[in-house]
Amino acid sequence: MGLRLLSGDAPRSGILSLLLIVVFLGLALAPFLFPGVRALHTAATICVFILLVASYDLLLGYSGIVSFAHTMFFGLGACGVALASIHMGRGWDALLVGTLSGALAATVLAYVIGLFSLRVRAIFFAMITLAVASAVAVLVSQLFQLTGGEDGLTYQIPRELTPAFRFGEVFGTNLNGRLLNYYLVFFACLALFLLLLRLVNSPFGRVLQSIRENDFRAEAIGYRVVHYRTAATCMSAAIAALAGSLYAIWLRYVGPDTTLSFEIMIDVLLMVVIGGMGTMYGAVIGATIFVLAQNYLQNLMGVAAEATANLPLIPDLIDPNRWLMWLGILFVLSVYFFPSGIVGRLRAGR
Amino acid sequence: MTRTLLETTDLTVRFGGHVAVDRVTCAFHAGELTAIVGPNGAGKTTYFNLISGQIGVSAGRVKLKGHDVTRFNVSRRCKMGLGRAFQLTNLFPALSVLENVRLVMQSRMGKGFNLFTTAASHTEITEAAMAVLSRVRLDGLRDQKVSELSHGNQRKLEVAMLIALDPDVYMFDEPTAGMSVDEAPVVLDLIAELKQDRDRTILLVEHKMDVIRSLADRIIVLHNGALVADGPPAEVMASDVVQEAYMGKELADV
Repeated sequence: MGLRLLSGDAPRSGILSLLLIVVFLGLALAPFLFPGVRALHTAATICVFILLVASYDLLLGYSGIVSFAHTMFFGLGACGVALASIHMGRGWDALLVGTLSGALAATVLAYVIGLFSLRVRAIFFAMITLAVASAVAVLVSQLFQLTGGEDGLTYQIPRELTPAFRFGEVFGTNLNGRLLNYYLVFFACLALFLLLLRLVNSPFGRVLQSIRENDFRAEAIGYRVVHYRTAATCMSAAIAALAGSLYAIWLRYVGPDTTLSFEIMIDVLLMVVIGGMGTMYGAVIGATIFVLAQNYLQNLMGVAAEATANLPLIPDLIDPNRWLMWLGILFVLSVYFFPSGIVGRLRAGR
Repeated sequence: MTRTLLETTDLTVRFGGHVAVDRVTCAFHAGELTAIVGPNGAGKTTYFNLISGQIGVSAGRVKLKGHDVTRFNVSRRCKMGLGRAFQLTNLFPALSVLENVRLVMQSRMGKGFNLFTTAASHTEITEAAMAVLSRVRLDGLRDQKVSELSHGNQRKLEVAMLIALDPDVYMFDEPTAGMSVDEAPVVLDLIAELKQDRDRTILLVEHKMDVIRSLADRIIVLHNGALVADGPPAEVMASDVVQEAYMGKELADV
């Protein structure tokens, strides 16, 4: 049963299984294990990024397509929810309409980009996505009457999903709308992740891998490569948009820094590479480590700097203000020692 | 009258000023194995590329089972019954032996766009793929990664993938190149077996004269891109033009 949910794609490594179980339980029980607004926000961000990174891996790791427009699709989903909530008023219908129209817009845009550029060489597609993503980012910033520009948009979501909605207490944890909101994000991300896992293990997923390996031969055995690449791009875009919608529902705010920025694109790329390309589980590991490091490395270094305050040099090196440098060093090390990603390394080291 | 499966009419391709294939008109019939011979650079593989669609023609046309496929892409020609094995091994290196053949089977059964079932649940595909693998005696290596396979076994897999496709037109481009003396017979026996089916036509690019003698019903000779001889093996091999264009060079090479 468990293996069927995972589409027969077992972790194939003891340590990896353990890590996945820890991440799963940690996220499933986050509101009870880690009380506090910030911890829950981190947990929700991890859920959303696991999904976003997994959808990117469908392109990069499974199909061998490099795209720089992934956060654009993510942003489209978020914008859909924001705009619908503002213009239709607070309500579930606005969330639904916003989510669906965001996903639809992402799919259509991905289809158009794919149609124009996936026929030719892969690098061309990467360039086109870069151009389109930059254009959209500028557009969003310029059309501030509609999008709020650099300030972004704040809006209201149904009361049942906000902290104001209380309905009891369990184990000392308040049961409120924020908890419901978290579980909406968690289960939606879980379901979509399992869907992705199914996609990559389906006959379609195998064709994508064959195209990644040798598109020339894939064509020669009867697969119309451009159709498969376009389909994968559209699916990946749609799921990225859904992740964006979930993030927008969670944050109740959409701005360039949370969804569209190029920095997030780089983060996603790093998460895929660190976790392990072409393994959906790599998205889980990569996103969890990355988001945790982003949120807590600074604190951890603060603690460490205080503990070593009496020693020379060391407290300066691990001063919390230098956390970005250390994050960078961690990335370089992880890519150097695990070129196939953490999951690739764990599976090979069996 | 035998059925014509594949026809090329005035087929030509130029690369810059160089004419690689020059107005080749030829028809291939069901139940026939045609060997295509010629010195290196004669345009044999280019002729294959034009037929299977990897490169576009400069002039002329290709007809497959009566349909003009000159403008069709590679995958569409494949779906219409044209299958090809490549001269340089051309596989999916990071996937397993079984997965390589499974992918072909899956394509033939039209299940590529099956999104929501697991590939492993399609046992009919796996079984059919295993049956093909046992014909080339690779069934014992089913889970081996293709990149770790010996050259000879990669060649066998190349042939297995073509057999799995089960096309009407088989195109073999030097199927035994680089194979050891004891490995080659497996492949050659298979080709001989395929020949028994009178509904197919087989095109074979081959250098080894003994192979051609034992398998071919007909030989066509390409020289500088042009078709210079066409006929039964004994006749073609004895002709002056072949002695000059092909055999002479071949003997000189030896």
